[in-house]
Amino acid sequence: MSEPWGPHDVGGREGGPIDLSEHDTAHWEWQIDAMVRLALKKGLISDFAELRDGIERLTPDDYENLSYFERWAKALATTLVSRGVITESALTAKAQVIRERQEAGMGE
Amino acid sequence: MNEPRFAAGQRVRIAERTPPVHHRVPSYAKGKVGVIERVCGVHGMPEHFIRGDGKPAQRIYRVTIPQTELWQAYQGSETDIVELEIFEHWLESAE
Repeated sequence: MSEPWGPHDVGGREGGPIDLSEHDTAHWEWQIDAMVRLALKKGLISDFAELRDGIERLTPDDYENLSYFERWAKALATTLVSRGVITESALTAKAQVIRERQEAGMGE
Repeated sequence: MNEPRFAAGQRVRIAERTPPVHHRVPSYAKGKVGVIERVCGVHGMPEHFIRGDGKPAQRIYRVTIPQTELWQAYQGSETDIVELEIFEHWLESAE
């Protein structure tokens, strides 16, 4: 077997039990999906595969611990920063504003 | 678009390489020999457009590989297969 490319490339390896439980899609997860589709429609990213690339570059720990839509969110953020659509500092500043708002108990 | 390089029934080997970019070939299938099951559609090659080299289209084939070819200790039937969809630039003839 060839060396794996990224933490997703697990075919043929022991993976333990599979979590088959169903869960509802949270509002923020729909929002991530909407942002991905909007970024595609506006040409900010060229293809879903661009985000797949971002997901495959996650560290094994992130890949293991992040949920499905958290991975998409992180990949979208990384891609938009690397394409110069947003800056890392603007993203960090906005995340800080949201965090403070949440800590103040004002929800999203 | 050029004519398909391979036709259904032809034996092909999947290239054994690991470009450090999204490329849609699982490591367990690299270097393995399979048979073209059908010619599928065309799609941009992710290795190229992710690097900003435009979006050149490439033909995709459905390739069947025996499970016994993939896994040394496979206990199931010899007729069990895996089907993978693989871009043409990952395939070479193994006739």
